[in-house]
Amino acid sequence: MEKLAFNPQVLMASLYVFALAAFLGYQIISRVPPLLHTPLMSATNALSAISVVGALVVAGRHNENPVSTWLGFAAVISASINVVGGFLITDRMLKMFKREIPADKGKKDKGNTK
Amino acid sequence: MSFYIELTYLLASILFVFGLKGLTRPESARRGMLLACAGMAAAIIGTLFAHEIVSYTWIIWGLVIGGVIGAVISIWMPMTAMPERTAFSHACGALAAALVGAGEYANYGGNMGVVKVSALGFEIMLGCLTFTGSMIAFGKLYGTLPGPPITFKGQNVFNMTLLAVMLGSFGYLVYDSYSAIAFYLMMGLAFVFGVLLVIPIGAADMPVVMSLMNSYAGLAAAATGFVLGNNILIIAGTLDGFSGFILSILMGKAMNRSMKSVLFGAFGSVKTASTSTAGGAMREVSLDDVAVQLAYAKQVVFVPGYGMATAQAQYACRELANLLESRGVTVKFGIHPVAGRMPGHMNVLLAEANVPYSLLYEMDQINPDLPQTDVAVVIGANDVVNPDARDNPGSPIAGMPIIEVDRAKSVVVLKRGKGKGFSGLENPLFFKPVTGMLYGDAKSSLTSLALAVQEV
Repeated sequence: MEKLAFNPQVLMASLYVFALAAFLGYQIISRVPPLLHTPLMSATNALSAISVVGALVVAGRHNENPVSTWLGFAAVISASINVVGGFLITDRMLKMFKREIPADKGKKDKGNTK
Repeated sequence: MSFYIELTYLLASILFVFGLKGLTRPESARRGMLLACAGMAAAIIGTLFAHEIVSYTWIIWGLVIGGVIGAVISIWMPMTAMPERTAFSHACGALAAALVGAGEYANYGGNMGVVKVSALGFEIMLGCLTFTGSMIAFGKLYGTLPGPPITFKGQNVFNMTLLAVMLGSFGYLVYDSYSAIAFYLMMGLAFVFGVLLVIPIGAADMPVVMSLMNSYAGLAAAATGFVLGNNILIIAGTLDGFSGFILSILMGKAMNRSMKSVLFGAFGSVKTASTSTAGGAMREVSLDDVAVQLAYAKQVVFVPGYGMATAQAQYACRELANLLESRGVTVKFGIHPVAGRMPGHMNVLLAEANVPYSLLYEMDQINPDLPQTDVAVVIGANDVVNPDARDNPGSPIAGMPIIEVDRAKSVVVLKRGKGKGFSGLENPLFFKPVTGMLYGDAKSSLTSLALAVQEV
């Protein structure tokens, strides 16, 4: 039970982490070009599926109330949909963004076929 | 043991930050995501060694079921369904956070202490309302729910009352953390509130909603971190939350919405009937005329909108663009930040059709180019090129920055029919003398245009 008790030091440390992460996030993400806003959204979605680590513990630990295990199980499912899906779809999108090469190839195709 | 688990979390956090940093340039984006993915794997594997875990049955089944669903969706989903998928994944992420919170409360109840219960309240409220809100957004984007805003009399009063009761039960829960009734009331109301938050928002405003839900889902995960005392959840959740927040601000700016209406969604901003300054007749042009115009132009700018996505016209558009380029025409694409249904929607579709991103120009980059442009081709876009936003202070979209296609030497608008389109606003662009209307399905129009250009 002592793990659950109020601990001001832990709370303060968490608040520091929150504030610094917010600052860092602002700095990095405001530099992401609009070109990549959709991949950004699906990437951060995949990252926030890190709640899977919380879900794993709730699903796997010994719970006084079996409902907790069920809730944890459902949480593992929905979080891992995002983990797997988020990274796969982001990569699938990013693969499509090319600077020049396809345009040149496309032009050549056109030259040949038309 | 838990020290080593913390180390994997630290490693994962660092990799996440590098991963996001990769996204600041298209060249480094894929490698960055690989790093982030490795970080995620490290965190998950590390967690599996946690000493609290006594049984792996549910864990393995959960990971397998979720992983398979996630993989199936993302491998076979067409790119045009990207907004729906994103809404769905916001829902999943938020639900996961809410369920973890509910699981914690079901097990520990009021023994959690006042600080954790407060964090838990935020987690549950944000998680639940984001879940239902995103599902409604998903329904609207997928087409199972009607796109136009759903409003009823006294909506704002009703919503505000509901919000107040929800916050009240949260307050009571903080006061008496053993009160399960307050907990479940708060949870139930959050589910209802999410629905009410999104139903009055029209489909055209979806980019803002999507960004907002992105932000809420991330903050719910961060709140989970406070509940569990887990730093990586706080870090990843906050990064997600701020990413969504920044996107919300950008989308809000691009639609000229105030911070208030961005933060609180559509509350009080239900659109009134539009005033129209448009008059006169629309000029219909023939396919062959447009083909000649395009073929002999020096510079052509394509301005895509959601209509391009619904007509799946991105490939036909690329074909036409390539053809024009091979004739020596300079081709550019002007992308409005809120074109489509989510941030960056048009960029992804055009990238899918192999349009190199060096041809994709942001609104501020393309606008100075438009007066020198011979033909601007509007493909299924409406509000984002509506000159009323600039010229008519009484317009509901007044002040919204637009792509000023009406400054080009001539404009061709590809449009499905003569109706007003999704937003229901009259667009004076269609009545301007420089504008020619080409009716029909955007995909077949573009394909026929490409054929006609070859004939010229």
